[in-house]
Amino acid sequence: MTRSRTLAQKLWDRHVVAGAPGEPDLLYIDLHLVHEVTSPQAFEGLRMAGRPVRRPDLTVATADHNVPTTPGPVEDPLSAEQLEVLGRNCERHGIRLFPRGDPDQGIVHVIGPELGLSQPGMTIVCGDSHTSTHGAFGALAFGIGTSEVEHVLATQTLPQQQAETMAVVVEGELPEGVTAKDVILAVIGHLGTGGGIGTLIEYRGSTISALSMEGRMTICNMSIEAGARAGMVAPDDTTFSYLEGRPFAPSGAAWERALDDWRSLPTDDGATFDRTLEIDASRLRPHVTWGTNPGQVATLDDNVPDPDSMEDPAEAGSARRALAYMGLTPGTPLREIRVDTVFLGSCTNSRIEDLRAAAEVVRGRRVAPSVRALAVPGSGRVKRQAEEEGLDRVLVAAGFEWREPGCSMCLAMNPDKLAPGERSASTSNRNFEGRQGRGGRTHLVSPAVAAATAVAGHFASPSDLD
Amino acid sequence: MEPVRVVTSRAVPLDRSDVDTDQIIPSDWLKRVERTGFGKGLFAEWRDDRDFVLNQPEHAGAAILVAGPNFGVGSSREHAVWALLDYGFRAVVAPRFGDIFRNNSTRSGLVPAQVEPAFGRRLLDAVSADADLEVTVDVERRLVEAPAAGLEGRFELDELTQRRLLEGLDDVGLTLRRADAIKEFEDRRPSWLPSVG
Ligand code: SF4
Repeated sequence: MTRSRTLAQKLWDRHVVAGAPGEPDLLYIDLHLVHEVTSPQAFEGLRMAGRPVRRPDLTVATADHNVPTTPGPVEDPLSAEQLEVLGRNCERHGIRLFPRGDPDQGIVHVIGPELGLSQPGMTIVCGDSHTSTHGAFGALAFGIGTSEVEHVLATQTLPQQQAETMAVVVEGELPEGVTAKDVILAVIGHLGTGGGIGTLIEYRGSTISALSMEGRMTICNMSIEAGARAGMVAPDDTTFSYLEGRPFAPSGAAWERALDDWRSLPTDDGATFDRTLEIDASRLRPHVTWGTNPGQVATLDDNVPDPDSMEDPAEAGSARRALAYMGLTPGTPLREIRVDTVFLGSCTNSRIEDLRAAAEVVRGRRVAPSVRALAVPGSGRVKRQAEEEGLDRVLVAAGFEWREPGCSMCLAMNPDKLAPGERSASTSNRNFEGRQGRGGRTHLVSPAVAAATAVAGHFASPSDLD
Repeated sequence: MEPVRVVTSRAVPLDRSDVDTDQIIPSDWLKRVERTGFGKGLFAEWRDDRDFVLNQPEHAGAAILVAGPNFGVGSSREHAVWALLDYGFRAVVAPRFGDIFRNNSTRSGLVPAQVEPAFGRRLLDAVSADADLEVTVDVERRLVEAPAAGLEGRFELDELTQRRLLEGLDDVGLTLRRADAIKEFEDRRPSWLPSVG
């Protein structure tokens, strides 16, 4: 009899090239995604050692972090150079690149799935911590550093220390207006930024099964914000119907063989996890962060917390520092906090479903005059589909700017930035100090809350607008 | 990478938890295509504050950083490690590190010494109280010591990583010795897996 295994264990086992007790396993990498920021020094390392890229056919590159989201030339010379260096490196090594202006260009974690490159059963890495996004397909997907990028380019493998497994079980029906983003913010609120360090999280339960692929991606995306190595969801019919017919998905007889294999991946009955966290979905509310890490989060109905009432002195200390940076006073209702900017975008929430949700809220309404609102689709494909559905017109009529795809104000490496002291409601994944521009103050929310906040001028849920 | 066996130095106390890599090196700095010159960007935004610990003259030249839990969480940017090294740090002592940061460190020769939380707290207090306190991070014995303060604590490091640090081994070179096993694995991969070739 074979032993019962979790999805994570199955994914791990099928990729071990070599292993020895006391040593990390050498894992084979099925797909390596590359972007301009974390790859130049890796390619340079290869050049200096005179090593080729082992599998250019399993390597895909895109330009996303630096790209301006307005048409025209790249004004910043350093950004322009980084984009050029990526182009040259891809050309030299025969790597498929989706450069700025390509119809399939976009944020690396948006294009992998939509091109059908991210599939169940795979190992996927990228020099980017939000690679956990692709785990939504039942893949083992995780972020790596530049030295590891070089290692994968040269060997198509990576030595990896075995990791613990954690089940995050979410059961029940989400209340009206509560989304996948609120689920993951609640999870991070429970675990804290370090609570998942060293673990592979599998999201399970009826709430997760009922989510679309977009929703599952939003959840897996932010696993890293709890410190987790990876997040994943078992593949099911939702996964298969999302994939069927996509450019790089298998077809014909290969599709049938792939399906048979994919159906064997979900966690076996009786398999055990090292840890379990249970969440009751029916009690969740829309969430908004108040601090400077994603674990510092509350519901929209709450007030800014009071550090003096926190038992753990370390927690109180970091809350105090966070509130000083954020310019917030304990006891203020979160709904009363006004924002200057609303950012709808990032690999967490820039997919078609996210844009639909925001457009639904602002349809026939106006963004508050004091608010700058930016909508940045995650990819060329998302942008075109949104335009076919007329979402761009709804957003623009309400007062949003409609931009070209890229990471944009998620990390402010391009011209889209907050000015010092400016406050944003952002659908991205990190509210770190300075993340959206030096001195900028970021609050993380769902697309629906971002849209309602844009209209109200202060934090609001769609139902507050009625 | 340079081998590293023992780091002995004064230490800088950074008494904060959840120090993310965006703070260690802000994104403005990530546009460079080189591996060097990131020291100036280390904690760039915090260094604007005159009172920030790195700005205090008594800590100049220290090679060990002692920090609170969850150091290096967030972005995968290895630039954070390059910035710490370029500034002059050879080891960081903390009760817990972000996974990717920890991996990145060991690949560039920065020692991430993960210690027990209580020990980490005592060490932070000791180096905060005495800027001249000499601290040793010993990779061979996997120990962090500050004898003048009576402190000694173990840190975790798997054997392979320890050997790589001690000998300054090139990771890629080690793996390429297994080229046959990789080739064999490739021959067994299912044919439906995506390829862009
Ligand atoms: S959108 Fe933000 S989090 Fe996602 S890949 Fe780009 S910079 Fe990273």
